[in-house]
Amino acid sequence: MPDSRRVGAARSPRRLIQLRYLAHARSGDKGDTANVGLIALKPEFYPLLAKEVTVARVRRHFKGMVRGVERFELPNLQALNFLLHGALDGGGTISLKTDAQGKVYSTALLRMEIPVPAALARRVRRA
Amino acid sequence: MTARTVRVAAGQGFWGDWLEAPVRQVRGGPIDYLMMDYLAEVTMSIMQKQKSRDPRLGYARDFVPLMERILPDLAERGIKVTSNAGGVNPRACAEAVRESARKLGLASRVPIGLVSGDDILPRLDELLAKGHALRDLDTGRPLSDVRARVLSANAYLGMAPIVTALQRGAQVVITGRVTDTGLTLGPLFHEFGWAADDWDKVAAGTVAGHIIECGAQASGGNLLKGWRSVKGLENPGFPIVEADPDGSFIVTKHPGTGGVVSVASVTEQLVYEMGDPHTYITPDGIADFTTIRLQQAGKDRVRVSGIRGRARTDMLKVSIAYFYGYKAVGTLVYSWPDAYEKARAADRVLRARLRDLGLEFEQILTEFVGVDATHGPLAGPPNPDIPEVQLRVGVRSEHKAAVERFTREIAPLVLTGPPSVTGFAGGRPEVQEVVAYWPALIDRREIEPFVSVEVLDA
Repeated sequence: MPDSRRVGAARSPRRLIQLRYLAHARSGDKGDTANVGLIALKPEFYPLLAKEVTVARVRRHFKGMVRGVERFELPNLQALNFLLHGALDGGGTISLKTDAQGKVYSTALLRMEIPVPAALARRVRRA
Repeated sequence: MTARTVRVAAGQGFWGDWLEAPVRQVRGGPIDYLMMDYLAEVTMSIMQKQKSRDPRLGYARDFVPLMERILPDLAERGIKVTSNAGGVNPRACAEAVRESARKLGLASRVPIGLVSGDDILPRLDELLAKGHALRDLDTGRPLSDVRARVLSANAYLGMAPIVTALQRGAQVVITGRVTDTGLTLGPLFHEFGWAADDWDKVAAGTVAGHIIECGAQASGGNLLKGWRSVKGLENPGFPIVEADPDGSFIVTKHPGTGGVVSVASVTEQLVYEMGDPHTYITPDGIADFTTIRLQQAGKDRVRVSGIRGRARTDMLKVSIAYFYGYKAVGTLVYSWPDAYEKARAADRVLRARLRDLGLEFEQILTEFVGVDATHGPLAGPPNPDIPEVQLRVGVRSEHKAAVERFTREIAPLVLTGPPSVTGFAGGRPEVQEVVAYWPALIDRREIEPFVSVEVLDA
């Protein structure tokens, strides 16, 4: 279960939950860059993802693992696309990593926590 | 020109994909085209290596027996095939398929088309001398830095030569480095008579091609959302595009097959290997993925519409492979109790021995499978009672001897290192040659006059 520390003011209580409860994802590679497409599990989660899954947060999440982060919005697909530069230790055939093609970087992003309204956190974790 | 729906089915998503898929696509229901994508970034260099040993090789060899299995179905049902299985030797590949057709008595009924001219290896020095630096798109370095080590160089061709081959009556079109998406765009432009500068149609066909180019990855394979509820993956239905002349299309699969075609399955494939979604560049045009509209239109049917595009650029991408060095990966498994601690101790011993031997490596990478191999530090500390941990150490060097010696340093750890170790039955790790990828751009006017399309005699 994710950490569910309370955050924010008491008036609109918020909790931290892992992205796995709000999104699914797939990743791939281009050279030494991994991409992660983060897709809202329900259309109504997309605005929350767009607001909270910022470049700064993703950079902090992958600290020491990637060199730089770019973000693109695809509201039509309720998805965000992240480019994680320098994520693959050289990439392609050069990389010695198990995940040289960044196939499961997607799941590593789903570990990230974002603050959401407490009621939503309760609902999605029950589901 | 066709006013009806055209069905393009995916048969292979990469060289090594499920061999039953193309057979089931041609027999499992009505389709008009079977597209089979074989070429990944470094595939061309593997094929080039095979060709340098034997000039009759250099293509996806398993494509030929596969075609032999389905040629009678293709003849009977009039299904056409587009495939880049030709690799660096599309002529040899096309001739081998013709031989199969002759054996089956089908050579006159199934004309084989051949697209070549993407291979610029023989012209590389001439192009460099003309001032084309062929700089690495990622690093900006000029190709002259690694010229002596170049193994293959191919321009990515678009749909145009496939359209030409189909117009000349080819039923099976075999190409070299044509883009994955071109294999789908070609049939659509041929059937619908779309203008090559109708950029929205180019974009629509590009998105259709992108959705099916990785095979079952669009129809339930590798699908994360609700993965437990994806049924029947022992017989996955590979994706099929049912395209309409207006540029919209349905993604579906044959009835009675496993997997699922849903907005989620298509979306996951759309974002796969995505860069800037506004600007998905192919030789044929630019597609804007932020304009794609998806809608569930029935069970295992997703409607795709609204796609907008922009004009193609003056440049073509070139895929160059060059020799980089050597690598090897060794593994051992350590068991409870203290599995992770033992594995770490073994890694320290191994590294000290490599250092004492004076071996030079560009990199030594240690991963602990079960602890940090896929998520690194994000996974946190392991359960202290973890039943086992695999130590996985990789090395890379320009010196083959150093890598070779490394491969002999793994097994000795079993009797000379930390205890409770197993999992070495596979023998010494293999020394692998590292062939690296060098993406570049070139003016399309240097390439297009050299592209050749022919239909082989029966």
